[in-house]
Order: sequence, then C-alpha cells, then structure tokens
Amino acid sequence: MKQITIDPITRLEGHGKIEIFLDDEGDVENVYFQVPELRGFEKFCEGRPVEELSQIVTKICGVCPGCHHMASGKAADAVYGVEPPPTARKLRELFYMAHFIHSHIAHFYALAAPDFVVGPTAKPEERNILGVVKKVGKEIGTEVIKQRRIAQEIQALLGGHQTHVVMNIPGGVRKGLSEIERVDILGKAHRFIEFARFTLKLFNNEILANKVYLDLILNGPYSLKLHSMGLVDENNKVNFYDGKVRVVDTLGNEHCKYSPNDYMDYVEERVEPWSYLKFPYLKKIGWHGFKEGQDSGVYHATPLSRLNAADGMTTPEAQKEYERMYSVFGGKPVHATMAMHWARLIELLYASERCFELAEDPDITGSELRASVGKPIGEGVGIVEAQRGTLTHHYWTNEKGIVTKANIIVGTTNNNAAICMSLKKAAQGLIKKGEVVSDGILNMIEMAFRAYDPCFSCATHHLPGTMPLILNIRDKEGNKINTLKRD
Amino acid sequence: MEKKENGQKPKLKLAVYWGAACGGCCVSVLDVHESLFAVTEKADFVFWPIALDIKYNDIKAMPDGYIDVTLFNGAVRNSENEYMAKLLRDKTKILVAYGSCAHMGGIPGLANFFNKDEIFNRVYLTSETTFNPEQTMPQTEYEVTEGKLHIPVFFDDVKPLNHVVCVDYYLPGCPPKTERLVEVFMAIATGAQLPSKNSVIGARDKAQCDECDRKKTENKKINKILRPFEIVDDGETCFLEQGIICMGPATRSGCGNRCIKGNAPCRGCYGPPPDITDPGAKMMSALGTMIDSNDPIAIKEIVEDIADPAGTFYRFSLPGSILRRKIL
Repeated sequence: MKQITIDPITRLEGHGKIEIFLDDEGDVENVYFQVPELRGFEKFCEGRPVEELSQIVTKICGVCPGCHHMASGKAADAVYGVEPPPTARKLRELFYMAHFIHSHIAHFYALAAPDFVVGPTAKPEERNILGVVKKVGKEIGTEVIKQRRIAQEIQALLGGHQTHVVMNIPGGVRKGLSEIERVDILGKAHRFIEFARFTLKLFNNEILANKVYLDLILNGPYSLKLHSMGLVDENNKVNFYDGKVRVVDTLGNEHCKYSPNDYMDYVEERVEPWSYLKFPYLKKIGWHGFKEGQDSGVYHATPLSRLNAADGMTTPEAQKEYERMYSVFGGKPVHATMAMHWARLIELLYASERCFELAEDPDITGSELRASVGKPIGEGVGIVEAQRGTLTHHYWTNEKGIVTKANIIVGTTNNNAAICMSLKKAAQGLIKKGEVVSDGILNMIEMAFRAYDPCFSCATHHLPGTMPLILNIRDKEGNKINTLKRD
Repeated sequence: MEKKENGQKPKLKLAVYWGAACGGCCVSVLDVHESLFAVTEKADFVFWPIALDIKYNDIKAMPDGYIDVTLFNGAVRNSENEYMAKLLRDKTKILVAYGSCAHMGGIPGLANFFNKDEIFNRVYLTSETTFNPEQTMPQTEYEVTEGKLHIPVFFDDVKPLNHVVCVDYYLPGCPPKTERLVEVFMAIATGAQLPSKNSVIGARDKAQCDECDRKKTENKKINKILRPFEIVDDGETCFLEQGIICMGPATRSGCGNRCIKGNAPCRGCYGPPPDITDPGAKMMSALGTMIDSNDPIAIKEIVEDIADPAGTFYRFSLPGSILRRKIL
C-alpha cells in the first residue's frame, strides 16, 4: 500500500494534514484529514468571570472572532436570564452582518474564485487572487479589497476593537450608534448590495455560463448526501443571529428543530485517536462511521446547509436568488458540495440587504443599550450561525457568575466528518491507478475541502492564495518513492 | 542584506508564521488593505502560510540567515510549534515575536492554569456532548488498518517564543495594531536605526493610562471593586475610578486605546510598560495605591471582590510572567 501525505496544508489555522492511502493497484483506499492542534478553550474558560468570556473566546479565531463574541454574549445573557433591549439586539445583528460581508467577500474572491475564474488546473502561480485580478481587472480587485475594508471598519465602529470585538456585555452592548454614523452605514450598505449583485453576476457569467464548470458543480466528484443544519427564524427563514436550529435530512424532511437550550439532545461528538478535532453527528441517528446517506448521522453546517434547512430568505433579492439556485438544481435539498460557493454569495446578498434594513430601522440609534442584570441563573447557551456553521457556546457558572464548565461546538467542527468524506470522494474520483497524480488533480482534491470555507483555514479569506502542498508517495515500508511539490 | 550590482537595495525577504494562534495576527498584516501592493513593492514574502504557496521543505532548503525578518505569531503549544520556531530562528536575521501569544503566551497561555491531562479529560471525556465510552484520546502515533498516522505532541505548558529560541524583538498586541506594524516595517525597509536587540518595538514607551482620554482625578480612592455589568459606565470616567478593573496602569500603550474606546476596560494585551517585568505585580501595586483604607480587614474585603485576579492580571501574560504556570 502506498501512502500519500499532504503536509503541511498551510492555509489552516495552525496546521493540517491529509493522508491518502492507495491500494496495491494504485486506487484510493482511504483518506484521513487530520487536525493536529488543540488549545483547550473549554478548559481554560473555567474560573473566568462569564462576562469576560466574550472577549476571551474571540481568540479562538481571528478570522471569525465576531461569531464567538456573539455566541458567547448570548450565552452570558442567558446565564443572567436577561434579554438585551431592541436597540442592543439590532446593533449586534448589524455588526454581525458586516462580519458576514467581510468574510464572505474574502472567501469568494481569494479562495473560491481562483479555482473557477482562473481555472481548476491553471498554473499554481496564477491560481490565486492576483490571478483573479489579472483576469477580471485591477479595478475590480481594488473594489474587492475596498468593500472588505469597509465591512471591517463598520465592525470596528460598532465593536470597538477592529479584530477582537468588545461590543457585548451581559444584557446588551457597550456602545450606541449616532445618527451621523447610521447614515454613513446606510450608504455603505447600499454599496454592499450593489457589490453583492455584481458578485452574483460574476458567478453567473464566469462560472455557471461555463459548461465545464457547471458540469463540475452538478456532476463532479463533489457530491455528498448529508443532512443539513441551519438557524431559522419563526417562519423557517434563514437567520444568522437568532432563532432555532433546524436540521433537514438528506431528502429534505425536517429531522429536528431545537431551541439553543436543547442542543445536547440533538448533537453528539465522537473522538478519533488520529485527530485533535472531534467529529459531531446527529445524536438521534447515532454514529455509523464516515458514511453518507439517510441512515448516517453525519450532517453539514455550511451556507448550503443553511439554505437547505430553511424555507427561504427574508430579504427580497436574496429570496429571488435562492429560488433561482434551487430551480437550476431542480429542487431541494442540494447535495452538490460546490454549490456551497453559490449559497455563500446568496448569503452575501442577504447580509447586505439585512445590513441596509437594520441601518434604516429607527430603533438602531436608540439609547437603551442594556437591560439590568441581576443574579446569575447559573447556566446559559448561545447559538449563532458562524460563516462556517452553527456555533454553540454553553456555560455553567457558580452563584457569582464565575464559569465552572464550558462546552463549545465550533462552526467548522460540525463539518469535520463531512470534510474527511468529501476529500476521500474527490480523491477516489480523481486519482486513478496508473495515472500520474498531477498538480491539477491535487488542486481539484483541495477544492472539495475549500468549498466548506473551513475556519481553521484563515487564508481562505485573504490574499493571495493557493494551498501549498507536498505530496509524498511512499511504499509500504514508508520509503519515499516519489515527491510531488506544487510551487 | 546584500547589495545588488546596480546599487539598488534588494527587496526585503519577509516571513510570517503562526504557532498556537487564532489567525488574528495574520489578519492584522492583511489589514493594511489597499496598501498591500505598496508593501509588496518593498518586500517579498518568502513564507506566509496564510497566503502563499511555500512549504516547510522550502524553508529547510534555505541557507541560514536567508530570511531578513520573520514575524512569528502564536505561542508554543506543541512539538510542531517548537520545531518550526527553531527552524525559523536558524533561517532568519531578525526574529520578531509578533503579537501577545508569541510575546508572553497570550490567551492560549491561560491553559497554564491547568495541565494536559485536565484539558484532555474535559475536551475528550467529560464534555457534555462527547460520547466516548472507550475513552479514546488523540495519539501522537496511531496505527490505522491502512498504515500509521501522526499528530504533534501536546505539551503540558504553553510557552512564549523566547522560552524556546532567542528572540530579537517583541511586537506586542492582540493582534498588534496594523499601523504599528507598518511603522516597524518602514523602519526596517528604509534601513533606519533599530533599537537594541531583545527590546519591544512597535509600541509606545508609556502606559495605557498616559494616552487614555477618560477623565482621571488626582489621587482618586476607591472602596469597592465592581464587575463591568454592575455599573452604568458613563463613557468618560476612568474605569478604575468607577471601580472597574482596567489593566491600563500595567499595560504598554500603542494600541490606540481601542478597547477603551469601545467602552471596555483594558485587559493588557500589549504587555507591561517599559521597566516593568511583571504586569500582575504592577497591577496589584497600582490597585494598592487606590484602595481607600488602611484597615487590613477592609482591604481584604475590597480585594476579595476582584473576580479572577490571576486570570485578569495575567490575562495575556501567564506563561511569560514570573508565575509561568499554576503549580499542580
């Protein structure tokens, strides 16, 4: 048996590794996606005052700190049994839309677009954001950076710190919005909407109109039948900040819909000895291995799963795009991994429209920023949709509000098993016995992984970017018989 | 830096690498936004996992001292972090501990209140959603049916970068403010005189309080310590004077008081001010001068109101402090 090691996958937060085992014939026997890192936040949150956690857990991820800040802030509200006043709640959501906009823009242009706009088997040195800029023009490239910057600036305005936001306090937020600032955000939101429209048009013209790419999306080795998870409002519409978690099965039927407090009845995690990252699955179905299908407990929590799990979008233009996507696929749910990119752009439009709606809301400049806080109840759960999946924070405290236990299920963690399986399926579809494993093949294996926009892959969001790879082909004794490098 | 034949300075060779980090330090580099193109005119990134297609083997193949500047962010949490720190030390002329984690251990350093077994037990055994009847734990080497799989060794301690290699400069902050990075970059790129080795760069030589806009009273005394949610912050008065623990007196300035401008008290990510080695000790002495009592019992009562003093005073600095870790 041959062993192919892809190490390091450097665009991970920390480090990642893919091991591909080939059988004696040269076909793919198995694939392991390993996360070799742990920091142990669940443990060292113990002993901290619960109101401090929203500023500690942002350090789980410097790319999506706002998600942890929001889930943590909501969990701390719950610990004290308080609901923020409407202004505070809306300010949080406004911040959160800017957070989604910055992340989704960066992911699409820096990570996804190179594979499609430049091409999946283009030269590696061109397959990055600079290659995209070369293809679409510097004007558009500059606009991409500018729109992401503006989204970052809105976050800094509302959240204090440009990266590790300090907005939340139990019962509300620390800072309000002035009328001048509101008008400024309204103008920016208008341009976000225009930019999201433009991006969807680009996706349409450069990707969907290209038969090769459309075929890759619809029929490539990138399809997995998984259950879909996502947060929905009272009308089962997509919501990033608040609501209930809904899971639809592989056929599109509701598997469950739970309130944040009940998450433990629905999600369970498995430990594998070869990775530091756990593998969540649907508890009521149970773990039946790395298998797809209706009987498997494996689900995904991605932009696509959010759209699958919901009945639509609350904003008009995003709703139209939602309908268009499902009409192209001929119904719901969609299991094409590459459609995650499309869903992400529909979410970009939704976040932009929602940003505009919130900036128009008269409550947003209100002065009531905090509800008064009494004694802690002692336990609280906060759930939001992170860009990369449903994010759950659960804290227990003593009578002084000091954390005694914490449990955290991070967005990307939901997708750990799904990513392993997507990589295996792509490798099996692309590596054929007797054929040379080319750089193009390596990249197309990576594309399976990239669609998830995994949170441990910070690079996904930024300039420039192809995933560096070393591929060692070893014989049974572990002797290196060939090395393929992508430079 | 060698000179090119035509007399032009060659471009700087920069590397950015992460140990146990969140990625926020890399984001701070990327937050130069539109100026990124100007930076790449003066410097080539020769290694930057977040962005570039350069691999460990390429680093190994470089001659010693090949890289002009490495910004190493993240703490040393496992064997891979340590290995890369040593490798990059050999290959780099100026090694910068970039950000709070590399500087003093940072937030991941709070894990030094515990040890490896406690962390593993919580994460892999007792967590409420974990179902692990066979008590499986991650193994550094594990044999699957198809072959062997490896993951790095998780250390008992989190270490700042200078516990494993010699560091030339420290650029603090969680993450460092992008403007400070640009100042340091320009200084290096233009060949300006750098401060003596082993010093902090990219920060100011004052304490946070010296740059804070909030109103302070001379010799203000406090008789009660409060939690941030227990007061209605007026947005103008010094947090300490309102009874809220703020690490301003024990923290170096340079961040632009960003958290304080967001109406949140400082938590010390820039590390201690010049001439102070231990931020916790400095904070305790600052509080000592503010407490409005000479009665040991009353003082004890006031001080006992501080929720999680160790985790607050050493929020970003436990591994690099005189305490280093909790004795277990």
